Amino acid sequence: MAIKDYIRERFFPHMWCPGCGHGVVLNAMLRAIENLGLNKNDIVMVSGIGCSSRISGYVDFHTLHTVHGRALAFATGVKMSRPELHLIVPMGDGDALAIGGNHFIHAARRNIDMTAVVMNNRIYGMTGGQYSPLSGYGISATTAPYGNIDQGFDIVELAKAAGATFVARTTTYHVQQAAELLQEAILHKGFSVVEIMSQCPTYFGRKNKEGGAVEMMKRMKDITTPIGSKAKEAQPELIERGIFVRKDLPEYCSEYNKIIERAQKQGRR
Amino acid sequence: MGKPKLKEHIINRDWCKGCGICVEFCPKKVLALDDREKAVAARPEDCICCRLCELRCPDLAIEILIEE
Amino acid sequence: MSKTIKFIQGNEVCVEAALYAGLNFFAGYPITPSTEIAELLSFRLPQIGGRFIQMEDEIASMCAIIGASLTGSKVMTATSGPGFSLMQEALGYAVMAEIPSVIVNVQRGGPSTGLPTHVSQGDVNQARWGTHGDHAIITLTASNHQDVFAMTVEAFNLAETYRTPVILLFDEVVGHMRERVVIPDKGEQPLVDRLRTAVKSGVDYHPYLPREDGRLPMSDFGGVHRYNVTGLAHDMWGFPSGNPQVVHGLMRHLIDKIQSNAAEIARIREFFLEDADCILISYGSSARSSLHVVQNRRKRGERIGLLELQSLWPFPARIVREKCRHAQTIVVVEMNMGQVLEQVKLAVEQPERVFLANRMDGVFINPTDIRNILRLIQGRGI
Repeated sequence: MAIKDYIRERFFPHMWCPGCGHGVVLNAMLRAIENLGLNKNDIVMVSGIGCSSRISGYVDFHTLHTVHGRALAFATGVKMSRPELHLIVPMGDGDALAIGGNHFIHAARRNIDMTAVVMNNRIYGMTGGQYSPLSGYGISATTAPYGNIDQGFDIVELAKAAGATFVARTTTYHVQQAAELLQEAILHKGFSVVEIMSQCPTYFGRKNKEGGAVEMMKRMKDITTPIGSKAKEAQPELIERGIFVRKDLPEYCSEYNKIIERAQKQGRR
Repeated sequence: MGKPKLKEHIINRDWCKGCGICVEFCPKKVLALDDREKAVAARPEDCICCRLCELRCPDLAIEILIEE
Repeated sequence: MSKTIKFIQGNEVCVEAALYAGLNFFAGYPITPSTEIAELLSFRLPQIGGRFIQMEDEIASMCAIIGASLTGSKVMTATSGPGFSLMQEALGYAVMAEIPSVIVNVQRGGPSTGLPTHVSQGDVNQARWGTHGDHAIITLTASNHQDVFAMTVEAFNLAETYRTPVILLFDEVVGHMRERVVIPDKGEQPLVDRLRTAVKSGVDYHPYLPREDGRLPMSDFGGVHRYNVTGLAHDMWGFPSGNPQVVHGLMRHLIDKIQSNAAEIARIREFFLEDADCILISYGSSARSSLHVVQNRRKRGERIGLLELQSLWPFPARIVREKCRHAQTIVVVEMNMGQVLEQVKLAVEQPERVFLANRMDGVFINPTDIRNILRLIQGRGI
């Protein structure tokens, strides 16, 4: 199938700004799903609130556009009831890690089989450019007119510490890698996290003098490097891209199936 | 399998928002923005069918058709 | 056929009834005095192939049951005051997206952490207006274990019928008290399943286009119809819409589907109302003390009766008005500052005849309390 077969064409052109990284993430996600050849009826996309969360409206799957920060909790209910479905949960950085931070770490801890995609543009776009937990120190935002004094999270480290069994990072510049990582993450049985560093030219770029979409994407190329590269040794401040964690641990729904077996065996005794 | 040969750039002008990502990152500088700020294949003969424009387009507005 | 008779806590009765009604997914978070519901369901649900999950908080619990309901499961969560507060946003989502779901609130003293182990009925108005925005909601309650069973099953039936969250407002006394309950045989209390769409695969399905009777046939997530569910105002396909006509139609539907069926939803019990000059109105555990007072005073020839409310929202105003038409004195007995009292005053023809007999100090209102207040109201001193 062509990627157009996976979208709800009548809603295009989409509502995102020119050059918005979220469109690139959508593009990569559709490539990943196309490559996997998944049946559209077997995919449930659950999103929260924010620019990023509008992604669910554009795709022709079962789509659940929920409340701010809680997409993973809704997704947990869907997955527990119908473990055979593929759950994809795209979130913005504020959605996933500020208001949704608790759900994020607990979904990771349970190792429930779903793919969390953090579309990290380091800003609240929908409300007009406030600082997020990923903005980082010194960043300018509408709620940080004198510069941000909040330290930022490292999504990869957070996901690792919380127990996610697949953790990866890339950027919208590295779109082929993004599609590959998403593909791997969807195939992974367990909780997978893919951070995609993304650009918000309208608010982050303008506020922080990083230029337009093109300049922001070039910058992401310059400030990142593949995991374990020589460049990282020379420039330790470079952000690594690639798969950080991939391990097999008991998946939550499979474990619950064993609970059911145990409970029913005891009942028969 | 030989090198893929370009048949056509299909650019959806209704969806293109003129961000210039495809223009900037095309390794062969095939694409340009026209006077209405829409992407066009200005030098299609140079296209190597790498599809990077198609993959990076945030608006899903570009499709590269290749000769069978 | 021999009946199953149990001597158990109200919270346990709620579990028995939920399973009887077809519950197969529960998400919750421990909180006194509702925790027994989660504990027992963690044991019972897997036995029938259902699923239980303890979430990271009550917010997540409410969200998880919504997700599960969309796949076709019958779902419930259980909590108490502080947890109920946390659930309010997602409860509103369930209203907006029309998700069948049952939310149990075993009330304790509030506000805030309040009195975790003590009884209260302070969440009546929160059940009605806890989530933001205009909406209609169904809330049931019960004073005894047989009714806890019946109302819990009713809650599922109403949730499935009207595609709405239904709140079961119990209180600590009912939740923790042990008494006899007869578990009905299978089929004895009717069960309702949500309408499923008959629209075939490949044919345009309108998930949010109500039938003429206001009901909304559903398609399970994972089925042949892929559609959008959102908490935003939405059109008949479930896609966001800001079109005033669409929004107006949606709001009318959400409210009318419940308000115009208020008579069918209303549930009451009445005791000695035919000739009563004095009518007590109560619900939940305080109705037990009220009934005790009424029965005692009847023996002494007083014309006193009890109207027990089993549904609180939509408020059964018409029934209250009819039943109280000839009463000289109406006394609302409740464990709060008069939340149902206000509704009764709005409902009756002569609100000056309505009085409050209450406690809100965490102590169960007993027959002596009610008797003392009655004497004051009737000008007889204590």
